[in-house]
Amino acid sequence: MIETALTFAVTCFALALVFNLWHLARAPGVVDRILALDTMVINAIALLNLYGISQGTPVYFEVSMLIAMVGFVSTVAYCRFILRGNIIE
Amino acid sequence: MIEDATLIAEVVVSFLLVVAGLFGLVGSLGLVKLDDTMRRLHAPTKATTLGIGGVLIASMIYSAVFLDRLSFHELLITIFLLLTAPITANFIAKSYMHRHVDEADLPPTEGPYGWAVYDAVPEDERPIDTK
Repeated sequence: MIETALTFAVTCFALALVFNLWHLARAPGVVDRILALDTMVINAIALLNLYGISQGTPVYFEVSMLIAMVGFVSTVAYCRFILRGNIIE
Repeated sequence: MIEDATLIAEVVVSFLLVVAGLFGLVGSLGLVKLDDTMRRLHAPTKATTLGIGGVLIASMIYSAVFLDRLSFHELLITIFLLLTAPITANFIAKSYMHRHVDEADLPPTEGPYGWAVYDAVPEDERPIDTK
């Protein structure tokens, strides 16, 4: 039962990544691209965790923690660059 | 009795995984389908965050019940993502306002200062010294 649910969830998040990539390519402005990249990071974390469940190892949680931090910092840095023209004032 | 507990855990984990997958899919579908950046902002920041919270809690229950390894890493990631999602949403909304919304179109703030995107607090009135 868990294998079926895992396959379903992986399919959902992979489809979500495809949607994000589509939006990243066709977005009308730079703000939309930041939003699409941020969502891609979150979906990639979800896929990593699902792979971690299927393999039964805790390694992927460390990886996803690091990716979550880097994704947050990069989104904030990009937004600050648009807002102020500078990242650390 | 133990088999009952395992079955219940299996049902709960499967349910959480399916619901999380649907939430993630709905979040990204909203990103593609909604027709305005400020509306598009809602789908990924709310639905996708809930989806990933579901995945992480499912993995926590799974490793506690089936692998005999109670870990709180997942809870840490969930809390981190739940804390940072509103911050990124706020920053993206501010960048959108900075680029696309004219200050004259907004209603007045009714406070001593204007909107934070356009109007900085005067230097001698800042509550903390940022220099």
